Amino acid sequence: MKTQDKKLRKFYVAFFSVAVALAGVVSFYASSHPDGLEKVAEDQGFLDTARDSAVSGSPLSDYGISGIASERLSVGLAGVLGVLATAAVAFGLFRLLRKKR
Amino acid sequence: MHIPDGFIDLPTSAAAGLIAVSATALSLKKAKGELDDRTAPMAGLTAVFIFAVQMLNFPVAAGTSGHLLGGALATVLVGPYAASLALTVVLGIQALLFADGGLTALGLNILNMSVIGVFSSYFIFKIAMKFFPKVRGSIALAAGIAAFISVPLAATGFVLEYAIGGTGTAPVTTVFAAMFSTHVLIGIGEAMITVLTVTAIMATRSDLVYAWKSADVKLEVRNS
Repeated sequence: MKTQDKKLRKFYVAFFSVAVALAGVVSFYASSHPDGLEKVAEDQGFLDTARDSAVSGSPLSDYGISGIASERLSVGLAGVLGVLATAAVAFGLFRLLRKKR
Repeated sequence: MHIPDGFIDLPTSAAAGLIAVSATALSLKKAKGELDDRTAPMAGLTAVFIFAVQMLNFPVAAGTSGHLLGGALATVLVGPYAASLALTVVLGIQALLFADGGLTALGLNILNMSVIGVFSSYFIFKIAMKFFPKVRGSIALAAGIAAFISVPLAATGFVLEYAIGGTGTAPVTTVFAAMFSTHVLIGIGEAMITVLTVTAIMATRSDLVYAWKSADVKLEVRNS
């Protein structure tokens, strides 16, 4: 039982680490072209109907940290912060929902 | 795929918001009975992983990119209700912290990705599994099929919203043709990432995979 718990924990940590690496490092290499919806909106002439989100001034807006000049560092840190924020909310929520044994 | 504010008018966005709230309430209720000490962390990790992979836009055609939506992946890993909640958490974080997807458009985005993306994946996966042998390899394959089809379906969700309350002047049929063809291509990327991830997790901890755990016992039963 004990070793099983250890193995399980190891898997969770590995899964989480992959996410951190993807958001923190690999994200720098993502395509910066507009995504499918944005491209269609541009081609069909309704891209200009978009309005700025009320939080567009957020220090993390557009997956970069305002004030950090290095693009690699800026997107990587934003990604890691996003992973941590998602983890905090998601683990909290699903912890509340689980059946207690 | 994340709709910004302004593309769709406020009444339509509000209506989508109502559907999103109802769907989330239902998922909260249903997920409550399904998660235990082992699968609750798995659902959290699924949300985290999807957030990370959604940052990885891949090129699909000249000047266009796409990214994973994750509906099929999450459904196979943790079941449709926890999957829908995981996607909603991701969309909420993206809209609130990263200004990715509008605030008034959050309901629209939840409807397209957490509801249409997830539950279409669930039904396509179930149907695909009826044709496949009940062996490990089938899970990733059926997940890939669900992933591929769910993306143009989620894109069609946007087109319906555009038809009802779009502020643009482009004809609905033109927007549909463009959205559908682009998202079929993105669906190929979605399928590849989904197959890869499900295969890796099936190889290491298949006991944590919802679709595999329920494959032998419950697959025949189609609960509503």
